[in-house]
Amino acid sequence: MSVTTAPTPATSPETHHEATGLWSWITTVDHKRIGIMYFVTSLFFLGVGGIEALIIRLQLFSPENQLISAQLYNQLFTMHGTTMIFLVAMPQAVAFFNYIVPLQIGARDVAFPRLNALSYWIYLFGAIYLNVSWFVGAAPNTSWVGYANLTSTQFSPGLNVDFWVLGLSILGVSSIMGGVNFITTIINLRAPGMKLMRMPLFTWMTFVTSFLLVTALPVIAVALILLAFDRFFATNFFVASAGGDPVLWQHLFWIFGHPEVYILVLPAFGVISDVIPAFSRKPLFGYPVVVYAGVLIGFIGWGVWSHHMFTSGLGPIADSFFVASTMIIAIPTGVKIFNWMATMWGGALRFTTAMMFAVGLVALFTVGGLSGIMHSSAPVDLQQHDSYFVVAHFHYVIVGGILLGMFSGVYYWFPKVTGRLLSEKLGKLHFWTTIIGFNLTFFPMHFSGMYGMPRRTWTYQAELNVEIYNQLSTVGAFFLGASTLLLLWNIWKSLKSGEKAGHNPWGAPTLEWSIPSPPHHYNFPELPEVRSREPLWHDDEKAAIEAVTLKEPVTEPEMPNPSFWPIIVALGTTVTWALVMTGKWWAPLLGLAFTAVGIYGWAFEDPFKKKAAH
Amino acid sequence: MAEAAAVAHDDHHYTSTGLNSWKVGFWTFIGSECLFFGTLLSTYMVYKGAALQGPYPGDVFDIPLTTVSTFVLLMSSLAMVLALDGVQRANKKLTLFWLGVVIVFGAIFLGFQYYEFNHFVHEGLTLQQSVFGSTFFVLTGFHGAHVTVGVIWMISLFVMALRGKLPPEKALNVEIAGLYWHFVDIVWIVIFVLVYLIP
Amino acid sequence: MKSARSILGLLGLALLTACAGEYPQSSIAPTTDFADTIHGLYVTIFWWTMVILAVVWVILAYILVKYRERPDSPKPKQIHGHLGMEIAWTIGPALIVVAIAIPTIQAVFATQQVPEDSLVVEVIGHQYWWEFRYPENGGVITANELHVPVGTPVSLRLHSDDVIHSFWVPQLGGKRDANPLRQVPEGQDLKYNWIHFTAQENGTFMGQCAEFCGDSHSLMGMRVIVESQEEFDAWLADLTAGHPQTVTQSQALNAVPTEAGTGASLPGPALQEAASQEEAPAEDPAIAEGRNLFLANCSACHAINGVSEAGQIAPNLTLLGRRSSIAAGMLENNVDNLVRWISDPQSVKPGALMPGLEYQGGRPPVVWPAFNLTPDQVRTVANYLYSLR
Repeated sequence: MSVTTAPTPATSPETHHEATGLWSWITTVDHKRIGIMYFVTSLFFLGVGGIEALIIRLQLFSPENQLISAQLYNQLFTMHGTTMIFLVAMPQAVAFFNYIVPLQIGARDVAFPRLNALSYWIYLFGAIYLNVSWFVGAAPNTSWVGYANLTSTQFSPGLNVDFWVLGLSILGVSSIMGGVNFITTIINLRAPGMKLMRMPLFTWMTFVTSFLLVTALPVIAVALILLAFDRFFATNFFVASAGGDPVLWQHLFWIFGHPEVYILVLPAFGVISDVIPAFSRKPLFGYPVVVYAGVLIGFIGWGVWSHHMFTSGLGPIADSFFVASTMIIAIPTGVKIFNWMATMWGGALRFTTAMMFAVGLVALFTVGGLSGIMHSSAPVDLQQHDSYFVVAHFHYVIVGGILLGMFSGVYYWFPKVTGRLLSEKLGKLHFWTTIIGFNLTFFPMHFSGMYGMPRRTWTYQAELNVEIYNQLSTVGAFFLGASTLLLLWNIWKSLKSGEKAGHNPWGAPTLEWSIPSPPHHYNFPELPEVRSREPLWHDDEKAAIEAVTLKEPVTEPEMPNPSFWPIIVALGTTVTWALVMTGKWWAPLLGLAFTAVGIYGWAFEDPFKKKAAH
Repeated sequence: MAEAAAVAHDDHHYTSTGLNSWKVGFWTFIGSECLFFGTLLSTYMVYKGAALQGPYPGDVFDIPLTTVSTFVLLMSSLAMVLALDGVQRANKKLTLFWLGVVIVFGAIFLGFQYYEFNHFVHEGLTLQQSVFGSTFFVLTGFHGAHVTVGVIWMISLFVMALRGKLPPEKALNVEIAGLYWHFVDIVWIVIFVLVYLIP
Repeated sequence: MKSARSILGLLGLALLTACAGEYPQSSIAPTTDFADTIHGLYVTIFWWTMVILAVVWVILAYILVKYRERPDSPKPKQIHGHLGMEIAWTIGPALIVVAIAIPTIQAVFATQQVPEDSLVVEVIGHQYWWEFRYPENGGVITANELHVPVGTPVSLRLHSDDVIHSFWVPQLGGKRDANPLRQVPEGQDLKYNWIHFTAQENGTFMGQCAEFCGDSHSLMGMRVIVESQEEFDAWLADLTAGHPQTVTQSQALNAVPTEAGTGASLPGPALQEAASQEEAPAEDPAIAEGRNLFLANCSACHAINGVSEAGQIAPNLTLLGRRSSIAAGMLENNVDNLVRWISDPQSVKPGALMPGLEYQGGRPPVVWPAFNLTPDQVRTVANYLYSLR
């Protein structure tokens, strides 16, 4: 097949005007709309997880506080972690994958548009299912890592753990399908000339992340299945008295869980690897090194899981191995930091809000990375593990790394998505309040941890003398929460009356900035031909690309029809899992039958079928 | 599986590698499945010899019987290859015959598994009896579930072929179903070796 | 960023020089060889990371000031990379990593080496309290307050009776999980986790469970009393002897409040109670009544050496009066708090297995057999328990 021209089958224009209304969103298979739905949903759950965090902080404001009960507290911190990881950080990254990756590689959609819609609906239903637990008074309460054998029916007889184990299984299905979709999209739907080593870093990190999703999620899926069997069918996987090993859960969980950390953080690295060059007016320093460092992190990420288990008693040989592998993974991470700084070195830095968040990431993720080095040392970890020091550490990684990266992405790509710029004035206020609130919340936790406050504790004794640090954290948390409202206000204001963006407001170099903002539903009237890593920074290449990307097509490209089968299959899948809760072996089969109907309907639907003429 | 029917439409779509997206996607999915079965198998291996009470593997396994069912499943893979060949050559009779063989052989394998499970339970080896029972039934049960899905998929293709809705240009449908079938087959060989043959 | 750096300087000071008295559960105030090894390693790594942080932040600050866009900024030179630099900032961190890894791995092996002739104590985690057994001393049992001699190597053999717990007394060293004992086929060994340390200072050290273990995980504290060999031996002898009826009084009379004891600060009633006991020439009838109530209502779960050793599922209460705290380190040990605990343990420790008057739901679904104890009787039991010295 020729790579210089892409066929653009003709179709009658009136059938492809973008539909509006609720039904059009429910049946949409457009990656951009799905991306927006992912974003809005994850933002909603950021609010939910944030409110959970604020209640936690209120309870910890003073020692031996009785504001909420221990039982409620345990549900809150479990759901805070579960929500922030699975319902906020992952889907927020997927929102960006969806919206941005096809635009960056010059594709009209993802490889499997309906599967993409299915991923979203399963995520949404799984998230709802997980949170329904609040309304029946049985929210999960065994922490986001759900260590066996506390999760057994013997020690957790209620529905709490059922919601958790089944809810996470549902969400896992969504993530695996997303991973398959993005791997295929990036392998197969790159525009002519978009070689792998010309892809923007965000796309590259999406690629690596997708591989991690596809390989890591099955491991947690199996762990959850084993746990579900223990709970519903009285098997012995984690039952110590029957020869099962509770520590096996820890291995399985962290074999998934550590790659998961990189699933979360690599997309954020990708975002700022695009943002920093754009606002430094310089290409990314050491592009291949940054790419390979990301790939290497993805690989080594598989060999470090037991550093979460130094206290489990694995013996000195295993400990030493995981000390070494963990310290090694710090090296490519450091290399990335240095490359970002070298990109800025000698540049002409424009401190837009997006850039400020990116720089914030470089500065603050480093703090989290360095405290990580501290507990990569197994003996030191014996003190720091499961203390607030670790809570400080991973919030510097997750908030200082992931959230700042994602905020950077929001300010960077918002004009592409909506055609309007976010207010820079409000944005800068948002940035500074976030930085202050974030550090005020999490920096004192280093101290409370050092002074012996374990994590996952409903309260603490006054004798520990850590009250002041907890009070600082609580004040900071409310500050941080308020600062996030500024973002919402900014989005609301800009949607209504924001400055028009134009197709490339930042003068950025990558392909998504060559098409109108917001893009047509088919993205590219014709597929552009790419000749370099920064196509829009080379005048002749830019002219050639914009000649095809900005024109109105004579005939609109053929795009797949909307479909309601994804939401049907998603509903069936969720119901199937939920019915496992009944403990009757045949109950899930009902849901399965429903799902099967959806799958057949889907399989025999022709997504490109022409609609009858009016 | 679900979108396979739509495959034909992607054929005239541009891809950067020239590979069909469905194939790339399905290979990725199989990679994911490898980790799934890999984790189940690892669990089995980790718990090998950890059962506190019998029946132990040596008490219940009937190697000759399982060898026969393994052979049947292996042969079904051969039939799968021939069925694809039939579709590609637009030979409806051959297609139907070999798809039929795949279905029957798959069903025979499942029948053996049903007999084996029943027999084991009769011997006292249940899901709850020991870690051996738990790991064995969950591992082979999930494999059996995959075979079942495969058989249903093959039946769907058989019906399509019967109605003449499986022309050569839709051979990719059968090819992807075949990928799945071969994968499930290979997983069984690994299970057979690690679980049954190595004491 | 400037303020952040000065905060960091403070962190540097504070995180390395914390005073133990102020922070009784401080992880940076070591009092054993084990904790010392960890702390030395921590200090080394701390300074390495501070150097790296300083380098990154100083360069970053320089870049942000120097290269900000100005109206007259020329188009930046389009540099794509530099192999030499890449190699430099790969090898540089790699060397630091090696510098950290070598002492780390040495410490990993050193801290897990089994010392010869150590005192073995079996530590058993329960929801939500700690059991300590001395297998080398007739298997004598105590709860929530561990006594060990100073200067002698101690090996804690950890496991759990229910879910995973983690033994953490920061000043004695790092934590280690107490896993439920995995049953193994005949002929294979059970796997325990171990903590080895030699205490270097006398004192009472605070600790608590560090692995989330259920509703009252946050209330699963403990004390470790490090004392001289003589004190330890005497304590162990008393613990072994327990409180047989005939000697209960003389023991109570001769009891010298230990350093850990908080008897002196008790409010009136309890002190008077103790005083009245001392004056009594023979056994106080109130104490005898308390013992009888204990035997009738509590002894199914609780043991008191020399009185009743049938109850094994709840904390052993021998020498309870000497303990500084009750309810796994959560309440100061005095009669009022004992009354509070016996009356309504669920309000002190939600989910505790000890049922109470206000017992509602949870595990196990039982009604406290002593449901019909009057408040006076509860106080009588509390007085009796407090007299166990």
